[in-house]
Amino acid sequence: MNILTLVRQVPDAEARVKISGQSVDLDGATLVIDGMDEYGVEEALRLRESGAPVEQIIALAIGPKKVEDALRTSLAMGVDRAIHIETDEKFDAVTLSRAVAQVAQAENVTLILVGGQEADWDSQALGAASAERLGWPQLTWTNELKLDGDTLTGRHDVDDGNESFSATLPAVVTTQQGLNEPRYPTLPNIMKAKKKELRKDDPATYQLQGRVRTVNAEIQTRARLNKMIDGKDAQAAAQQLLELLRNEAKVIA
Amino acid sequence: MILIVAEHTAGKLAKATLEMVTAARESGREGPITLLVLGQNVAAVATEAAAVADQVLVADLPQLATYNAEVWAAATTQIAQEGEAHTVIIGGSRSGREYAPRVAVKLDAAYLEDATRLSSNGAALQAQRYTYLARVTETVEADGLVVVTVKPGSFAPAAPAGAAGEQYDVDLTLPAPRVQVTGKSVEKSSRVALTEADVIVTGGRGVGSPENFAKYVEGLADSIGAGVGATRAVVDAGWRPYAEQVGQTGKTVQPKAYIALGVSGAVQHLSGMGKSKNIIAINKDAEAPIFKVADYGIVGDVNEIVPALIEASRK
Repeated sequence: MNILTLVRQVPDAEARVKISGQSVDLDGATLVIDGMDEYGVEEALRLRESGAPVEQIIALAIGPKKVEDALRTSLAMGVDRAIHIETDEKFDAVTLSRAVAQVAQAENVTLILVGGQEADWDSQALGAASAERLGWPQLTWTNELKLDGDTLTGRHDVDDGNESFSATLPAVVTTQQGLNEPRYPTLPNIMKAKKKELRKDDPATYQLQGRVRTVNAEIQTRARLNKMIDGKDAQAAAQQLLELLRNEAKVIA
Repeated sequence: MILIVAEHTAGKLAKATLEMVTAARESGREGPITLLVLGQNVAAVATEAAAVADQVLVADLPQLATYNAEVWAAATTQIAQEGEAHTVIIGGSRSGREYAPRVAVKLDAAYLEDATRLSSNGAALQAQRYTYLARVTETVEADGLVVVTVKPGSFAPAAPAGAAGEQYDVDLTLPAPRVQVTGKSVEKSSRVALTEADVIVTGGRGVGSPENFAKYVEGLADSIGAGVGATRAVVDAGWRPYAEQVGQTGKTVQPKAYIALGVSGAVQHLSGMGKSKNIIAINKDAEAPIFKVADYGIVGDVNEIVPALIEASRK
């Protein structure tokens, strides 16, 4: 079987976000592989290491030239080869799922792993939309996964708690914290990764046409009071805080 | 028509449904507001729904007894097509954001995810949403047929309309679920739900230990009638259940007061609670980033200040 892991590149969580014109400007920001997707890359490697008959693990990224870095990270972690659909255009997840489905079919993939939530756009849609395009079931917010033959079992979070599940491949699994601890690429593996295939695909092949337009972006700042209370005298500090909660914030009686 | 898929639990309409009705009313989209109730034994839910909608479509079927993404997507799509809906509104809950993209693909519709505000601009539906760990508010838009998910807590719950809407039973052809649920664990809390609490007390690693968490975080929450939250570090360490996690990968909350005990204030945490009306932080580390977003901050030891707070709150 072949596994496809979807990889995105996002600003580092601590990176400063700025706006130019009507949109977010990431010029100069440190970019990293999306942590949620990294769980997916790691899980693909672990499924193979646990003895599942995984022939190839392929990483796919869609985005500008610099996304190559995220694909190189995946290759250095142990992915076999990478595909980069290089485009500067920003597409919504439902549109991108068209390309994901086409790649999955062309590469004879039976399992797709993708992060449950994007660290930059906050979307949770890519996994579900790709599953629908392929006519596959999906398992979202997965934090435990096993593969036996073509049967997936594991556990995932739902609205009011968590569920154990069982499903048959092909399927899409969205990943999250708790699933695993992604490995750091070692220097020898980083060197080896440079020789691995990183194929460039022409976006025109996939005929993507975005449906969602970004009209405006604003940094949200909210003035906070930043009133500091001296904590050296615990009794006095507690008393002062309670009075603020009662009289200024009016949240307790 | 505007089609809203009602959310309900334990035979009661969820607050999120009333919020979606407000979103529909504010969207500027035309046509009757139609609530779709999917489930089994949902007559009471349908009656509640009729109070706020122009019409209610009820699919009371054994196959809908438990939620499944593919089944919910198929049901919603059939009704949207038959009713020629131009706008489909789905809750921004975990399950809603799981099946809504499937509906968008099935309908070949644009998808606006996790909206906090809706309006119309000519033919386009515009949605505001938070991005970049809730540090940016983006406005996005799409024309034509649109599927929208609405972020819980972003709209005021709708008041009943003048006359109750008509109820109609609908029949559906549904696929067999392909994901089998082999076990379920429901995380229940006797306290007020995090997303509905006016006051939340959250503990971070700075609290020190699971025992201290129970003593100080739960102790303070119980003495002032608040919900209990936890940071990811605390959940990862196994001190508290995931259901209590606040932040990017946990719950998004916006209570009237958010009291953070021993919370450092990582950006991922701030993205889940930064919209709270009042933020109060108690932390030993004067340099903790949480103080930058706090309205009231105390640099001090949770072990000393919280017992004093609990004591004083009882007076």
